[in-house]
Amino acid sequence: MTSVSPPGRPTLRQLAVAERTVSTITRRRMVSAFMAMVIALTAIITTLPLLFILWHLAREGASSLSVDFFTQMPKPVGEGNAGMANAIVGTLILLGTACLIGLPIGIGAGLYLADFKRTRLATIVRFLADVLNGMPSIVLGIFAWEFLVKPLGHFSAWAGGVALAAMMIPMITRTTEEMVRLVPTSLREAALALGYSRARTALAVVLRTAMAGIVTGVLVAVARIAGETAPLLFTAFGNTFWSLDLTQPIAALPLQIFAYAISPYDEWHRLAWAGALVLISVVFIISILARFATRSSRSGGHGD
Amino acid sequence: MITEGSAASVPAAASPDRTDGRSLAERIVGSSAGDRVYVAVITGFAICVPLLLVLIFWEVAVAGWPAFREFGFGFLTSSNWDPVQHQFGAAPAIFGTIVTSLIALVIATPLALGVAVFLSDYAPAWLRQPVGFLVDLLAAIPSVVYGLWGIFVLIPVMRSSVMPFLRDTLHLGATPFFRGPAYGPSMLAAGVILAVMVLPYISAVSREVLLAVPRSQREAALALGATRWEMIQKAVLPFARSGIVGGVILGLGRALGETMAVTMLIGNRHDISASLFAPGYTMASLIANEFSEASDDLHLSALMAVGLTLLVLTLVVNGIARWLVWRVARRAGGLP
Repeated sequence: MTSVSPPGRPTLRQLAVAERTVSTITRRRMVSAFMAMVIALTAIITTLPLLFILWHLAREGASSLSVDFFTQMPKPVGEGNAGMANAIVGTLILLGTACLIGLPIGIGAGLYLADFKRTRLATIVRFLADVLNGMPSIVLGIFAWEFLVKPLGHFSAWAGGVALAAMMIPMITRTTEEMVRLVPTSLREAALALGYSRARTALAVVLRTAMAGIVTGVLVAVARIAGETAPLLFTAFGNTFWSLDLTQPIAALPLQIFAYAISPYDEWHRLAWAGALVLISVVFIISILARFATRSSRSGGHGD
Repeated sequence: MITEGSAASVPAAASPDRTDGRSLAERIVGSSAGDRVYVAVITGFAICVPLLLVLIFWEVAVAGWPAFREFGFGFLTSSNWDPVQHQFGAAPAIFGTIVTSLIALVIATPLALGVAVFLSDYAPAWLRQPVGFLVDLLAAIPSVVYGLWGIFVLIPVMRSSVMPFLRDTLHLGATPFFRGPAYGPSMLAAGVILAVMVLPYISAVSREVLLAVPRSQREAALALGATRWEMIQKAVLPFARSGIVGGVILGLGRALGETMAVTMLIGNRHDISASLFAPGYTMASLIANEFSEASDDLHLSALMAVGLTLLVLTLVVNGIARWLVWRVARRAGGLP
């Protein structure tokens, strides 16, 4: 405070004010530095659970993972070299079924939203897609049970696929809309000016240009539904035998992990960890693929 | 839908607000049969979305109706859930759902907000992407994996250290909320895992809202001599407040409907207890646990009615959240 020396001697009052100001500034700076530390700390604390989970998965999962896991069927406790071959295949079948139902509807609805932005139907669809997106997955499970399992009298892969598709549709719809909207109007106009019909413009030019983004959206959606358990509990139900029949109950990796995790046997617990490691690897690989797809489509998009 | 004939006579430049290409297409292209089929098909797919939603509501409501007819409003307030006596009251499940979700929000909100502020205003550029990626990965972990980790890692830690620490070391056992034996599976454990699960959602929305706060707002605060924290506290957070609240409520919507991890950690007991150490039930875990073993039609209908209650609750909560986020987006867009 002596560094600032006004002409003449400062009065006592001036000195007191100066001192107070300096001390407030110091205090304010200290508070700011302290809060910066707190905020950095929250970032560290937040990433800790992820690192813990990944570490435990790697440690417990890797020690229980073997070739048998991918090639063998589930077996009763004590028989050894059991695996989840049927659950891995079952999950792939369920994802395929969900895509078969969800992709046409999702992409079609997305094209509609991008094409007819301001119609009443578009407003309703956009709003309800968001509503559907926020719906608890267990509710989709009991819906698919009531809709498909109860009338048909048995659990089936179809019912599981429908429940997963219901989760997928709103996600695909919104990304398709966003990606199609990013396609430059000039491109669309050029196609129309060349005499392309509207349908051909949309499918051969617009959809094709937006494809990389849509693929990303689909990958993100698939990564999200791949680990879903709740919608499958009463639809796909799980199956300890080999089954590729869509009209029959089918095994799924998340269901099998759940069943083994809550069982009382150590051997099954180890299989659950191995299954979780496989599941999360698949989910992460799909997520990372999605990130790369976005990046390449973005850098490609700028060149146009 | 826009009719083709009426638009044909209007020159394109006359309506500058319709530059999306849509109207241009209408003007240039006559409607061929192929186009009509195309429009009909995508309209049909678009109609599927509302149809699906109505179908879900209808199926769940019809299936749950007998329970509501049988027990009336008492279904939501009675805590007597006894399949053998054909008595069903969902109060413990509703109570457990709300308690676990609130625990999750109390833990997750400060952390998520901290991370969001860190990523928007504090982190050096090279840290932003990796930290953001790690937080996003939390959302990618399947619920059942959280449950597995919860059973074998979180619960033993809660039982051996966290619960005794809260109860004895901090003397919180004197309050009714941290009383009783530390079994492990409890509303507290479920709430903690839920906190980790909803955190990425809250932080993602908060981060977006914070980034939407105009730069001028920050610069003005700094120019007035504010420290970095004062800028955050007085210029940035108030501006983003309702959006952040929206993010928190969106997280609440996620927490309410979360099933697997909670089912694996909450202990599954029909009981209303003030102590967070006690096992409980949530609506979602009740359905997950009892649905495939439902003893009779009324039991099944009661579970469907629980599903309907959960559905309505999450829809209301999500509606409020979206409205709040939308309000911030509009305000941020409206300012220069």
